[in-house]
Amino acid sequence: MTSITLKEIIKEFSKNRIGIAGIIILSILIFTSIMVAIFIPIDTFKEWNNPEKWISYPKVSVPVWINLFLNEKIPEHKILDNPNINNYRINDLSIISHRFGIDFEYDFFPSDFIYEFTSKYSESPLLEINVMRPDGIQLKLYSTSMPITNSYSNHNERVFSTDELIRKNLYLQSNKFEFSLINLSSQDIIFSKTGINEPLKGKYIFLIKMYGNNEANQITYSKMIIGGKAFGIMGTDELRRDLAVGILYGTPLALFIGLVVALASVIMGLLYGAYAGYKGKKTDEGMMRFNDVLYALPALPFLIILSVTISNSIFVMVGFLMIFGWVGVAKIARSMSLQIKIKGFVEAANMMGQKDRKIVLRHILPQLLPYAFASIAISVPAAITTEAGLSFLGLGDPSFPTWGQILHDANVYGASARGLWWWIIPPGIMIAITGLAFVFIGNTLEVIVNPKLKR
Amino acid sequence: MSLKKYLFKRIITMFIVLMVTLLITIALVGSNMDSILKQGVSIQVRTEITDNPTIAKSFSSVTEFDFFIQTQIAQRIKIMGLDEPWYSPQRIGLSMYKILFLDFGHATFLTSDSGSSDVKEIILEKLPRTILLFTTATIIVSVIGIFLGTLAGSKIGSKTDRVTSSFAIISSSFPVWWIGMLMIFLFSFTYQIFPARATPLIPFTDPNYIGSLLYHMTLPLITIVMIGFGSWAYLVRNFIVDIVQEDFIFAKKTIGINQKKIIYKHALKNAAPPIITVLALSLSGSLGGAIITEAVFDWPGMGRLYFEAITVMDLPVIIGATYILTVFFLISIFVADLLYGYFDPRVRTEQ
Repeated sequence: MTSITLKEIIKEFSKNRIGIAGIIILSILIFTSIMVAIFIPIDTFKEWNNPEKWISYPKVSVPVWINLFLNEKIPEHKILDNPNINNYRINDLSIISHRFGIDFEYDFFPSDFIYEFTSKYSESPLLEINVMRPDGIQLKLYSTSMPITNSYSNHNERVFSTDELIRKNLYLQSNKFEFSLINLSSQDIIFSKTGINEPLKGKYIFLIKMYGNNEANQITYSKMIIGGKAFGIMGTDELRRDLAVGILYGTPLALFIGLVVALASVIMGLLYGAYAGYKGKKTDEGMMRFNDVLYALPALPFLIILSVTISNSIFVMVGFLMIFGWVGVAKIARSMSLQIKIKGFVEAANMMGQKDRKIVLRHILPQLLPYAFASIAISVPAAITTEAGLSFLGLGDPSFPTWGQILHDANVYGASARGLWWWIIPPGIMIAITGLAFVFIGNTLEVIVNPKLKR
Repeated sequence: MSLKKYLFKRIITMFIVLMVTLLITIALVGSNMDSILKQGVSIQVRTEITDNPTIAKSFSSVTEFDFFIQTQIAQRIKIMGLDEPWYSPQRIGLSMYKILFLDFGHATFLTSDSGSSDVKEIILEKLPRTILLFTTATIIVSVIGIFLGTLAGSKIGSKTDRVTSSFAIISSSFPVWWIGMLMIFLFSFTYQIFPARATPLIPFTDPNYIGSLLYHMTLPLITIVMIGFGSWAYLVRNFIVDIVQEDFIFAKKTIGINQKKIIYKHALKNAAPPIITVLALSLSGSLGGAIITEAVFDWPGMGRLYFEAITVMDLPVIIGATYILTVFFLISIFVADLLYGYFDPRVRTEQ
């Protein structure tokens, strides 16, 4: 084995196309992680398992871009929370109006719509929801007086498309439609052509008006949700969670797990192996027998038992993965150390009376460093896939959206048998890409460190 | 070192590993096991008493009756040795002794398909299915792998070589269970050719059971083979490449023996020891990896049994399955080592 300086490694590396590809993929992943850490607040992933947070998102919806490939466009799920506000007074009446515009260019009806608002008022103002359709017809949907209060107070409400009042109002206007409205849901009527029951494309405006006597009345929060079956760039899962958030958050988590486990187990293995090899005789024998015992333990069953009985916290799991990670490295480090210790400079150091610890750290370990880099890179994918596998079995840390965790949820809800491909494909691709990046880097390093492999 | 001494040492190490595995498993699940067993005893006592109303009638007061129940439970616990903590040497010794001779006791929740709750019977029922699926897969994978690897290794840098090598690296980066999910999506949802769940629906006594099992086995089998053969081919290719660079092959080439003969007769023969070792290792390794794959396909084998046992915390089954898995793993490491020594005489003299 020849010793190679860091400079030479970098020089050789820059010549290797596969190695460069690995570095580029890895840089993209690291960049993504940094962006995620900066732009997605850390609270978001704490909310991953909180259904409250995802309530206004659609259930199992396809990614939006799928519409590019379809002749019949699937309606997008739209969350409109930026209304056009207009407050004015007519005589004594104060009117608050919120307008939500939506471009509806799809070939299917929306699945539902919800108007969610918070208002501050006194007495009992009147709330009215109307919709202006692209063909100029105005439909009256909803009008009700709000619960009466004497004091000036807050009121929260959600108006659902399934509301009886909306349906009744629509039946009253059935003369505008040439077909029977019986058994049609309100969104199927509102977004329908007048001649036949097919979606009418164009710009719809939902107009919300609150009539009251008190000038201080206001709507403080106002959100219109037009339910659809397509959402975001990655779609959503059964629990309405935006998969893009999960996939993005999985990146730093996977890199963390992979790198920490690989780094720690390689360092542990190197120290252990180098020391055993250097000391030789009884020490070596004893240390290697212990190594053999660990080597012969079936890793996966043990990881499963450990995670079930001790803890499935992600940090503890990282520790468990290390226990099984260093064994192989130690074996190789020992055999390398055996070759190095008979070299002149080690014997010289020994003769000068340097301490064992110093010899191992100063003289033997530096010789093993190039090998160490390569094996760190190669052990990362194993750590990531093992963690993903454990999470997939439902033994991972449920509070973190790792890729394995997402795939576990997908499996639990039968995503593959139901054809929910957007829930299955991205996490697996991400696992594979991350693994490949490290394999590329590791293989390139290995070829540089061990020139015999070059061919 | 003589072969006898070597064998002896290996067997001792294996035994120690087995004991350590058992100890760790018992240590990890022991305290849970105790509380479950104790609950079991008290339930047993209570049901026996309610089944036999004459016992209840013979007591005059409720407190007296309760006291009787408590002493009964305490007695049973003492008889079973549960009054001592699980870490007391006798109890660990006894349970390890029992497990060593495959007496795993009775499962708390799980049963075999035929309804037995004896852990040994459950395992004996599941093990053949895992072996059926994974051994078949490993054999197919290795045959394809050896053939393709030799082809690639004999023409380094050729198109075959490059395609094989890149396929190997890429395919081994995908988790098998994820490919499994995709395969279910493709072949059970999009094209409805194979069932999504690999457990046959017809009862196990039905004469068509074997046929149905084989049909359900197809999808997992294809998946494992698809993901596995690439890395096998790559491995074999590397062995062949190593050997092709040796002097004796050059010598044969210069004599003028034809390339095909050199590769298939001499190079492959010399690559046999590592290949056989890897085969032995992967045969047992496949059993361990089966846990996740079987969970995806719902294949009714050891892996799924293990997973089910973990989810309901059925401790006797966990201990039994871990023991069997470890035994298989150890035996195959041992066999692999022996085979390597047998095929490659250099290893023997070096020892």
